Amino acid sequence: MSTETTEYTAPDSGGKAAAAAQEFETEHLEVSMGPSHPSTHGVLRLNLELDGEIVKMCDPVLGYLHRGDEKIAENMTYNQFVPYTDRLDYLAPLANNAAYAMAVEKLANLEVPERCQAIRVVTSELARISAHLLGLGAYTMDVGALTVFMITFTEREKLYKLFEELTGARFTTSYSRIGGVTRDMPEGWTNRVLTFCEELLPLLDDVESLLTRNRIWFDRTADIGIISKEDAIAYGLTGPNLRGSGVDVDLRRDVPYSGYEQYEFEVPLGENGDCYDRYAVRVEEMRQSVRIVRQAIKKMPGGPFYAEDAKKIYAPRKDKILTSMEELIQNFMITTEGPDMPAGEVYFEAENPKGALGFYIVSKGGGVPYRMKIRGPSFNNLSILEKVSVGAMISDISAILGSLDFVMGECDR
Amino acid sequence: MIAQDLKSALKESCPELDDRDSLDWPAFNCPVGSIADVVKELRDDHGFDALMDATAIDNGVEASPRFTVVYHLYSSEKHTYIRLAGDCLDDEAPSAPSLVDLFKSANWMERETYDMFGIIYEGHPDLRRILMWDEYPHHPLRKDFPLAGHENELWDPEIAENTGVKVKPAPMAGGPFVAQQSVFESKREPAAKDESWSEEKEKPDQ
Repeated sequence: MSTETTEYTAPDSGGKAAAAAQEFETEHLEVSMGPSHPSTHGVLRLNLELDGEIVKMCDPVLGYLHRGDEKIAENMTYNQFVPYTDRLDYLAPLANNAAYAMAVEKLANLEVPERCQAIRVVTSELARISAHLLGLGAYTMDVGALTVFMITFTEREKLYKLFEELTGARFTTSYSRIGGVTRDMPEGWTNRVLTFCEELLPLLDDVESLLTRNRIWFDRTADIGIISKEDAIAYGLTGPNLRGSGVDVDLRRDVPYSGYEQYEFEVPLGENGDCYDRYAVRVEEMRQSVRIVRQAIKKMPGGPFYAEDAKKIYAPRKDKILTSMEELIQNFMITTEGPDMPAGEVYFEAENPKGALGFYIVSKGGGVPYRMKIRGPSFNNLSILEKVSVGAMISDISAILGSLDFVMGECDR
Repeated sequence: MIAQDLKSALKESCPELDDRDSLDWPAFNCPVGSIADVVKELRDDHGFDALMDATAIDNGVEASPRFTVVYHLYSSEKHTYIRLAGDCLDDEAPSAPSLVDLFKSANWMERETYDMFGIIYEGHPDLRRILMWDEYPHHPLRKDFPLAGHENELWDPEIAENTGVKVKPAPMAGGPFVAQQSVFESKREPAAKDESWSEEKEKPDQ
């Protein structure tokens, strides 16, 4: 049996290919992405100019969640503004509450008791874990890995149970008051926090085993959305996004506040500044947060949980109001006219889950700020989009947005 | 101590530099024209490598100078901040030099300050509103802007009941969620349905 091999020759395709190239020439497209798009995590709109699938220009449009928080702050007392800070980075309200209270206490030159500081450290770090869990879950879901989202949301739910037990609310905690916190930790709460930490660590390992050496995850995130060190600093990036680019800045360590200098922790850094590094930094940060929480609970000092000496700043406890005339008057004054603040101006930044949340307070004395500027880290983190998304594929946009992990609440304020 | 060192060093490039009252970080008052030079020197010679915050203060309707621009810089080596403030010369049309050439982060922060205070940043490449919509006529963080908005002859009873001020609601047409019909479709903002009027309730005057 003879095998006859016929050589396949393609029909003369030269002319056709040229025609096809003409025909399939990539098209210039203008796409409006958002403001209600799953991967924009809120109400962000991107005006994209595309060449085929390649992004040529990206113009973020903000302001859909603008509530005028700074104007509102000028019209109410310092304590009344605490609930508004919940709604800045609404994924980590406890951290915002603490940052705001510390900024005003800095204005009042008020030192809060050690127990209050330790409580704030614990709550801020738990808020960081919850924010990173959500950020990570949403990020991976945008890229297509659904399982991680299930794991992180289950863990986050446990955290919200703890928050509810501590503050009475899951989301809008309003836990801080100027000069302290609203209430002490309930009995046995620290043990439950430690149990949570115990359960979290193996699950973080699970998450990492799902992602860190996952080929698809690697392809979708490595070398995508690279932010150089210089760019990261120039665009005012802070938090995990800055450290993902390898810039060694962490305000908890560099400008310690609320007793962070007593705790040992490492500051994880990325190397390339791509989406993968930002993911890796966040996972490691959660482990470090667990470390801080454990140390803080181990060392938890006794004593009052609010500044007892600051009688014109922290409203007295209810039992004292009802029995003492002096306390009743104080409570009335603090509630109606606000805490007694000196004139002057301060700027305070706290290392929040998304980056450095800054409060610039100008006071002319009295209980109401004259001007309060809120520096939302997401605002600056987003401003790099116009640079980092150019040249990326449109499908990478969701990876980049997920890795920047922004919250529109503090971006639009 | 850092404040004194900095001040003597900065005195050479800007002799008019003046101490500013501050409860925390070193703070300087600087003539608005030389802010860019001072910031450049701070960045290049003193290690203040990040512009954390750029904003403004309205000192009151009657005050003169009315507007003050304020900058906060951070040094990641020295772990310290510095505050720089400059009074805008003109109260009617306040302006300040743009720092976009020095710090990219100034781009959005100056856009926000322009949006909220109406301060014109000279040399800014793209000075558009950022938080309010483009056609918005006011600068809301100015002290003469009322909290609930300006009173209007065609006020809305429902809103007035809630706010105590005779104001109109944010417009459904021409507002942030409504498209300009003249613009190409992809550039338009997605539109909300105008449900502010029905057969029972008259369409309000736009």
